[in-house]
Amino acid sequence: MELLNKSLRELNELIKRKEVKPTEILEELLNRIKETEPKLNAYITVTEEKARKKAEIADKELEKLGEDEIPELFGIPLSIKDNINVENVRMTCASKILENFISPYDATVIKKLRERGAIFVGKNNLDEFAMGSSTETSYFGPTKNPWDLERVPGGSSGGSAAAVSARSAIASLGSDTGGSIRQPAALCGVVGLKPTYGRVSRYGLTAFASSLDQIGPITKTVEDAAYLLNIISGQDSKDATSVRIPVPDFLENLNNEIKGLKAGLPKEYFVEGIEPEVKEKVLEAVKKLESLGVEIEEISLPNTKYAVETYYIIAPAEASSNLGRFDGVRYTYRAKDYKNLIDMYCKTRAEGFGDEVKRRIMIGTYTLSAGYYDAYYLKAQKVRTLIYQGFQNAFEKVDFIVTPVSPTTAFRIGEKTDDPIKMYLSDIFTIAVNLAGLPAISIPCGFDNKNLPVGLQIIGKAFDEVTILNVANVIEKELNLNTIPPV
Amino acid sequence: MEFEAVIGLEVHAQLLTETKIFCSCKNEFGAPPNTNVCPVCLGMPGSLPVLNKKAVEYAVKAALALNCKINRYSVFARKHYFYPDLPKAYQITQYELPFAENGWIEIEKPDGTKKKIRIKRIHMEEDAGKTIHGEGLDPNSYVDLNRAGTPLIEIVSEPDISTPEEARLYMQKLRDILVWIGVNDGNLEEGSLRCDANVSIRPKGSDKLGTRTEIKNVNSFRFIQKALEYEIERQIKVVRSGGEVVQETRLFDSQRGITKTMRTKEEAEDYRYFPEPDLPPLIIDDEWLESIKASLPELPDQVKERFIRDYGITSYDADILVRDRALARFFEEAAKNYSGEAKKVANIIISDLLGALNEEKLEISESPVEPLHVAQLLELVDKEVISLRVAKEEIIPEMVKSGKEPRAIVEEKGLVQISDESALKEIIKKVLENNEKAVKQYREGNDKQKQKAVKFLIGQVMKETRGKANPKLLNQLIPQVLEEV
Repeated sequence: MELLNKSLRELNELIKRKEVKPTEILEELLNRIKETEPKLNAYITVTEEKARKKAEIADKELEKLGEDEIPELFGIPLSIKDNINVENVRMTCASKILENFISPYDATVIKKLRERGAIFVGKNNLDEFAMGSSTETSYFGPTKNPWDLERVPGGSSGGSAAAVSARSAIASLGSDTGGSIRQPAALCGVVGLKPTYGRVSRYGLTAFASSLDQIGPITKTVEDAAYLLNIISGQDSKDATSVRIPVPDFLENLNNEIKGLKAGLPKEYFVEGIEPEVKEKVLEAVKKLESLGVEIEEISLPNTKYAVETYYIIAPAEASSNLGRFDGVRYTYRAKDYKNLIDMYCKTRAEGFGDEVKRRIMIGTYTLSAGYYDAYYLKAQKVRTLIYQGFQNAFEKVDFIVTPVSPTTAFRIGEKTDDPIKMYLSDIFTIAVNLAGLPAISIPCGFDNKNLPVGLQIIGKAFDEVTILNVANVIEKELNLNTIPPV
Repeated sequence: MEFEAVIGLEVHAQLLTETKIFCSCKNEFGAPPNTNVCPVCLGMPGSLPVLNKKAVEYAVKAALALNCKINRYSVFARKHYFYPDLPKAYQITQYELPFAENGWIEIEKPDGTKKKIRIKRIHMEEDAGKTIHGEGLDPNSYVDLNRAGTPLIEIVSEPDISTPEEARLYMQKLRDILVWIGVNDGNLEEGSLRCDANVSIRPKGSDKLGTRTEIKNVNSFRFIQKALEYEIERQIKVVRSGGEVVQETRLFDSQRGITKTMRTKEEAEDYRYFPEPDLPPLIIDDEWLESIKASLPELPDQVKERFIRDYGITSYDADILVRDRALARFFEEAAKNYSGEAKKVANIIISDLLGALNEEKLEISESPVEPLHVAQLLELVDKEVISLRVAKEEIIPEMVKSGKEPRAIVEEKGLVQISDESALKEIIKKVLENNEKAVKQYREGNDKQKQKAVKFLIGQVMKETRGKANPKLLNQLIPQVLEEV
């Protein structure tokens, strides 16, 4: 357990000084996975043998390498959300339709991590095709929250967040379309960062809603998040939506002075449906910021009240399009008995997709239909522009915005599965950020009376991850919470 | 009542780029199935399209050649439908904002009249793969995705076409232009150019449009004309018998020469277009547009006009010469190197060189004969070193075979024209001895018969000398010898 509590920087230093061998870290991690998985179900696939081979090779290489030749992630095992392609490893997207799909290629982020020496230990559970806020829609069963096994870890990157929280992962990559990194990070008491849209290449991330998806780190600490962001950022010639903009050193700026910065507190985010304890913990963190010399200003983001509705037009529309390729023709599951081509399509997709995925495909197909497009999709895009402008206006006055991540702490398994609207509302504070393409980080800021973690969201200007990581790191140090769960 | 047809064509043209439109797979015809593929064109989860810059340049080049306005801002969209050869279940195309609009081309009908056909829009898109159905007892269907992601432009005409013949001429003209500027190989059999035709009929002189049908996949010039002829006839019969034309998509059966219903309007698919979120809008700035403009060659119509104006050749010859860019270049190069009349150059290329090349199964672009050699050959005729007949019949075929200079061939084969009067006289005498009938005709006949006899005797001398006798001198010498003898 001792090694698994260490930060990425500490592990890297231990390896550099040759005090720890990659196989030692890996074996400790595999033991921990074996110990926790029966309770958590945070992994869909553990590539034990592959990882072991890589670690053994790394051990040998390590003997030959000088301290300066050892890259940042040399011999460090990472886990990856199971909607990101890792070459020659199964990628299910938590769906029956991809149950036996082996990725033919590495996602750009995987390639980058590999180049820095990382080893991949397994693929984390998620809501089917990242559609959900609780990891309950996974074909491979729900993931449990390490703080309370009766509760959900949030979602859709619930497997990643639960594993990092339970120390059955050292760090993980998730994906965030409407809160899928930040909300589970909040519910599991870990750090989750959604970078600016275009900061990190999406090449190799199974698309859910292409204009909203972004890959980001889920880690124990803010420093680890910065550590991984340094490596995975940057324009990619394989992703036309990735942006050519300089990548600053996020680690170097973690401890900058935050005194004199201005924080915006949107009044709309502290009213409807929010649990009193969540509000209380978030406001306590705000007080801390104030005591550190940050100026707090109440702001208004009036159009964010339309964010959920807007999101549930745009995201399903894009999803209905992106999921068309899972058709039984080439690499997916295919129904056994069918009469003709159309019948094969229908049965394959009826059998291969779960209810939530089907629901969104149907919503999206409907809103893109001739005669409805203008009323739904086009209108939603216009509202999206207004939401973006609302943030722009706010950022003329403040340097960052502070909000809760989720209106509640972790809820009980099954509590919201029959009520999609209630489920959708658990992303009410995170969704607007995706619609505006902004960066935001979720960090633990306390616990409720059930000892469940509460998350704080810090939203930044486009491509200003430096500021939110800096602020998050300072608060994290100041709060100094014990975030090791009981599991 | 008389009817007239209203026709609009949608032509898909593949662009001759080295690689596909959204990935770096090779764009080539005829590779073994599913070998030019990658995660992107296979529609693997997580893969993303990246626009091929060359494809944009070729598309813009085509649009400029078709007199279109280039939209500096255009948007890619997804067109959705399920089919095994469409890996992503959507085709990336352009919908509301295409990259080019409002163009035209001019066709010339056999009677020499010209007609402008307007082009409504051109958009860029990716081709789908191919589904191949098993033959005979094989119940399977097979999918080859090599073609998936081949860059295409779709050229949509206005309904300015009035007859099947005009439709064919329009398609031929499009092909000629696209091949000329080097963006398409013009190979209809391999699917490089494919055509869908929209057609309706209306009472002659009416300005209302009738209900149209769309005929899919008419993929040869002949079929375009045939399919439309059939379809127009069919629609007229429907209306004449009191029926109504139904809006539908029809398929041309080339073996039977008929069109058949494929799907009706009610069965038409809803493609659920929306802007492609994986690709930013396509922006063509001034600098880029100017550099593409600069790379555009002079177009066939312009070259034709210039040939007529600057080289004094006939419109008929110019038409033939601009059918192929290499041929036009060849002509111009030869004409520039020749001191005589350029129409002689056009003539010898069209009536002799092309035939000789054809005999050896060579294209003009592969010709072993250089343009300069054609000019030299004509100079030899002008200087009366050889006769035109020898040039055409003996030297050109040899030039095509060996690629040698004309003078070298003349010397090697001893084909120098005989212009020595006494030598010619000797030959004439010999010929007269063997052709008493003609001699008699000359002596006893009237002027007309005399001329005829001389002409015949010239032919005989030519035969005797294998065409080497100087024909001008013969004209003079034969009557002279006849009088002398």
